[in-house]
Amino acid sequence: MFGAAACAAAQTGPAPALRWGGDAEGGAPFVEADPADPSKVRGFDVEVAETIARGLGREPRFVQVAFSSIDASVARGDFDIGLSGVEDTPARRAMLAATMPYFEFREVLAVRQADAGNYRGLSDLLGRRVGTLGGTIAYDILLAGRERHGYLPVSYDDDVHPYSDLAAGRLDAVLLDHIIAARSLKRVPGLVVEPDPVATGHYIGVLAKENTRLRDRVNEVLAAAMRDGTLERIYRRWDIWDASQAAFFQASLSTLSRNPADAGSLAVSSSRWASAIRYVPSLLRAALITLLLSCAAMALAVLLGIGIAAGRIYGPGAARALLTGYVELVRGTPVLLQLFVLYYGLSSVVRLPAFAAALLGLGLNYAAYESEIYRGALEAVSRVQLEAARTLGFSEWLILRLVRGPQAFRLALAPMTNDFVALLKDSSLVSVITVVELTKQTSIFATNIGSWVLPGILCAAIYLAMSLPLSRLARRLERRWSATA
Amino acid sequence: MTELLQIEGLRLSRAGREVLKGISLSVPRGQVAALMGLSGSGKTTALRATVALEAFDAGRIEVDGFELSAGPVPTESRLAPLRRKAGMVFQSHALFEHLTAIENVALAPIRVLGQPEAESRERGSLLLDSLGVGHRATAYPRELSGGEAQRVAIARALAMDPPLLLMDEPTASLDPARRGSLGETLEALSREGRGLLIATHDTDFASDFADRVIILAEGVVAEEGPPSLLASPTHPATRALLDYRKTERPHRT
Repeated sequence: MFGAAACAAAQTGPAPALRWGGDAEGGAPFVEADPADPSKVRGFDVEVAETIARGLGREPRFVQVAFSSIDASVARGDFDIGLSGVEDTPARRAMLAATMPYFEFREVLAVRQADAGNYRGLSDLLGRRVGTLGGTIAYDILLAGRERHGYLPVSYDDDVHPYSDLAAGRLDAVLLDHIIAARSLKRVPGLVVEPDPVATGHYIGVLAKENTRLRDRVNEVLAAAMRDGTLERIYRRWDIWDASQAAFFQASLSTLSRNPADAGSLAVSSSRWASAIRYVPSLLRAALITLLLSCAAMALAVLLGIGIAAGRIYGPGAARALLTGYVELVRGTPVLLQLFVLYYGLSSVVRLPAFAAALLGLGLNYAAYESEIYRGALEAVSRVQLEAARTLGFSEWLILRLVRGPQAFRLALAPMTNDFVALLKDSSLVSVITVVELTKQTSIFATNIGSWVLPGILCAAIYLAMSLPLSRLARRLERRWSATA
Repeated sequence: MTELLQIEGLRLSRAGREVLKGISLSVPRGQVAALMGLSGSGKTTALRATVALEAFDAGRIEVDGFELSAGPVPTESRLAPLRRKAGMVFQSHALFEHLTAIENVALAPIRVLGQPEAESRERGSLLLDSLGVGHRATAYPRELSGGEAQRVAIARALAMDPPLLLMDEPTASLDPARRGSLGETLEALSREGRGLLIATHDTDFASDFADRVIILAEGVVAEEGPPSLLASPTHPATRALLDYRKTERPHRT
């Protein structure tokens, strides 16, 4: 409807700009900030967008959007068309109005040079870790072949870190689009791409589902650009043109002449519920990861927190200053940054596995907050009780263990439980270091079925099932101990 | 009479102010001594220094042969003998809030003296019975009245069987009947051969139950003698204390 209005406006007055969404963080050759003028973007997708806008008689206007949000943003009307290496998937076609494919990519395996002869295909990767960008066709391919080939798929939030982790030895292979692999090989030394592609796929433009009129006009512009060599010139400029692209253009134009309408969307739409049910076990598995990670991180936070609190109350001046510094540093910086530093920043010194880094990151972060709760609770125990204990001959250690500790524990129990509920939810942040926990799995699920409604409801229900009993426990403990405190 | 507690020339400053200006006093076995004075006269500070909760600047304190000297408070391990010789009952009772009355009483004998738990609890029960609070053994401090809590605190101190017992304002939260009963308890304890030093500004209580009164004023011992000196005070500090009682009494009832 919006598109139709835009077209009508084009006929009567000055044409509105064509707002196109892409992620400049994705980098070259797709979309990247222009080094000469960072306020502008450049890349082959930028030039494709310009070609489309020109064909429509409109001015292109770039809208920055996170790659994973392109579908949702275009559906809600943030821009007219999304173009940023957007893959052609059945789910996407079911949810949105998809343009004809304008680029064919190959899913290729990158490995370390030393492994070039060993890992030629997915079937050679038994027991190995294979990374890719989450929510992509490559990730779906990895998930689908996991049981058959026995490797471990590792999902990333970006397409840069898989290659650096491959070079660092955290991964044994990376499966991604050949143009991403080619770019990464220039940046990360010591890697090679296996010659045989694992699969092929296509990039498309996406529009809001009701925007079919604009989509059809975009298709006309794209087909014309394929025929008159405009797209070829763009791809050659960005060094991504090869023989397979020419064959793809040929096939694409002949398919278009036979069947100009969107094919295959109905079949996928009817199977959305079926695919939703297919995802439930993986959501439950991810929930288990969330629960295990939260419990282990909380246990670490409690132990460290007690140590820090005790150190700050009983320790010598230097230890107190050091521990205070630690608490302030951790509380004053985002947990996301701490996770990045632990996992990527320290990888040249210590190469922590992702789960261990997540556990350590959350544990160390929450330890600072826990220590403040314990310190407050320990200091809330009346001083005169401690003096009474001293006059009875208790040592400082016995006073802590028998008098101060037990009373502080009661005071701290309710806020601790609240912190655990918060940790349960904060654990979703560890997806940035490749741990697929509940939120990340939900996001993959939502991307693949092209909707957040059902995955969102299921995810929320699982989080609530885990956190509500804890909140109730916190309230009960608060009631029970408030009389004592 | 053997001196159980001897304090000589005790000086103590806090935040630049001299709270105790060289006090000397002694308490023999079998005696109830009342350390009297208005608020701020240094009574509580003297008691706290005696049980090594506060460091002092000059003088010496000797409790049944254990000597404390001026300077920083010694470590708890070095104070272990003192802890067996002097018990303290705080004005606010200072019972361990998370433990029942009997647990409060039995904890130190079990954990500090290493006595068997059953035996400690049995002795604790007897102590609570003897102080009239046996029926409250399983109550938590928050469930006890002021008088009951104080008796439990006395039982807790006595469970360590110290020859010297210090008490800070024991009558502050008691009605007249309970004050009488407390006085009888203290007399019974002194008959057992213990020495008691009671910090109080309750002149009636001291007259009725103390063997000796020591009047503190502005950090020095102003007057010392039998309780009868309260009837004919010679020192202005003692008179001030008695005047205070007269103005205070109507509000107390």
